[in-house]
Amino acid sequence: MENQLSKKEACIEVRDLTMEYGSFVIQRNLSFTVNRGDIFVIMGESGCGKSTLLRHMVGLKEPASGLVLYDGASFWDCDLPGRRTLMRRFGILYQSGALWSSMTLAENVALPLGEYTSLSPVEIKELVSLKLSLAGLAGFEEFYPSEISGGMRKRAALARAMALDPDILFFDEPSAGLDPISARRLDELILELRDSLGATIVVVTHELASIFAIANNSVFLDADARTMTAVGDPHRLLHESNDPKIRSFLTRGESN
Amino acid sequence: MNIRFDREPDNTLVVRIGGDWSIADGLPSTDELKRQIGSKPAPGRVAFDTSELACWDSSLLAFLVKLTDCCMQESILIAKQGLPEGVVKLLDLAAAVPEKKDARKHGGSTPFLSRVGEAALNAGQSTGEMLAFIGEAFVALIKLIRGRARFRRSDLFLLIQECGAQALPIVTLISVLVGLILAFVGAVELRLFGAQIYVADLVGIGMAREMGAMMTAIVMAGRTGAAFAAQLGTMEVNEEIDALKTLGISPMEFLVLPRMLALVLMLPLLCLYADLMGILGGGIMGVDLLDISPTQYFNETILALNLTQFAVGLIKAGVFGVLVALSGCLRGMQCGRSASAVGEAATSAVVTAIVSIIVSDAILTVIYDRIGM
Repeated sequence: MENQLSKKEACIEVRDLTMEYGSFVIQRNLSFTVNRGDIFVIMGESGCGKSTLLRHMVGLKEPASGLVLYDGASFWDCDLPGRRTLMRRFGILYQSGALWSSMTLAENVALPLGEYTSLSPVEIKELVSLKLSLAGLAGFEEFYPSEISGGMRKRAALARAMALDPDILFFDEPSAGLDPISARRLDELILELRDSLGATIVVVTHELASIFAIANNSVFLDADARTMTAVGDPHRLLHESNDPKIRSFLTRGESN
Repeated sequence: MNIRFDREPDNTLVVRIGGDWSIADGLPSTDELKRQIGSKPAPGRVAFDTSELACWDSSLLAFLVKLTDCCMQESILIAKQGLPEGVVKLLDLAAAVPEKKDARKHGGSTPFLSRVGEAALNAGQSTGEMLAFIGEAFVALIKLIRGRARFRRSDLFLLIQECGAQALPIVTLISVLVGLILAFVGAVELRLFGAQIYVADLVGIGMAREMGAMMTAIVMAGRTGAAFAAQLGTMEVNEEIDALKTLGISPMEFLVLPRMLALVLMLPLLCLYADLMGILGGGIMGVDLLDISPTQYFNETILALNLTQFAVGLIKAGVFGVLVALSGCLRGMQCGRSASAVGEAATSAVVTAIVSIIVSDAILTVIYDRIGM
């Protein structure tokens, strides 16, 4: 995995995406591009469909219309094996960790390695220790998810998401439920991972501190208009946007 | 991936790393590395040359971590300058939080005696918990009788529907088949004496006194008891039960009581239905296989049965209803806070229910015999 930050090439492209639950439209006409090496934030009020958009991007939910392209290839037009290959490039950190509760942390991280590589158990063990120590959890291999704190669970989930060296990482509310210091450490970890692995990172969050600390590109989803109302660097949006909703979101409602 | 080791004149071991590194190709062997580091004279320091390195991922990191460990043991200096920037950052990150030595779990097996002791203590504790639960349920029941129990009436009706009407299809299937089987087993023997008409007695009495109640209870233990345990267990995981407690609402009254009431009311009704379905099943077998006319079969059944026979089964069904509801709710409330704990709760609810159904059936049968029912 080389450092590919210098090249600005599209990694993920969303085109005219419409999301529906049954006949209820959640968001329509979403179009944006995530470049390689970006930290792209999906932001918006609660219930505007941020997590749903993430679910569409990672292939858990089929769009009502529109395309999700990875390096130019449409995810939903691929056949099943093709989609599996694409999904192997993803690492996903779910909102509450979603660690498998009947497995130890080591087993959680080892499962993707065992499924998708031909490594021997000893080699897997070494890689698992490496991944856990990258997440700051060295020595916690034999613990069950229920035996560790919420912040550690998040980091363990991150170790699992990184297991297969994905080049695209998706984070669903990474700092939800964390204290400010742990949340900041996680932000730093995300930056560190982007810089050293050259991974593309998509984050769903509404934590302002987090947004400004990590994002270099973003999309704002409006719950009432049911579509995106802005796209771009959140720092720039803060200063340049004329939309009162975006301004008040980015300033915690203190601008009006 | 390729690795070469070169010894410089100033006693520096240069590790030349090149090619593509990918976990798909496995990890490199460390034998050569150990040999180089252990060789005499020991290298003064280790440097890297990565000019030929193309792509890399965790496999390179894993190799370097092992190399670092080896060098640390021999106290050899490592010059990381030759490594790509990203690799150095990740290595620092991996070393940033030192391993918590006291965090590691103490391995090894516990001695046999202490395991026996632990099991005995656990058994004692769980008996205590069970008794406490039964006691609390009883207190809640008394509150209900005095009209002070707090639960939502609509919950009760929903539960009654769930464990009554919605159980009818499966109860129908099971009891018709049990009736058929009873009739068939009886017919094989009774035909030898030309007494096949008594198949009707056998099926009627068998279903009414025993099989109707027993089969319905076992079906309900698997169907509803497990559902209760899973439902309450999930509520425990989601802190919903804590939310009730902090509002001052007793989960015993709010959750357990309506479930018990629903099952105690519905199980005898289902049992009566199962009795009749079983007799119908026996009748099908009798008419079809033994050439008994439907009227004959009906009359013989009426002769064999009286209300006492049904009462015996219905009382049993009521008792089984309490047991199934209690074990489902008990295991649900005892549930731990993880997804696997919910599964364990459901399993153990069914096991507890079935064991207690069989044991109480045996006890009731002896009691009936003593009082001549």
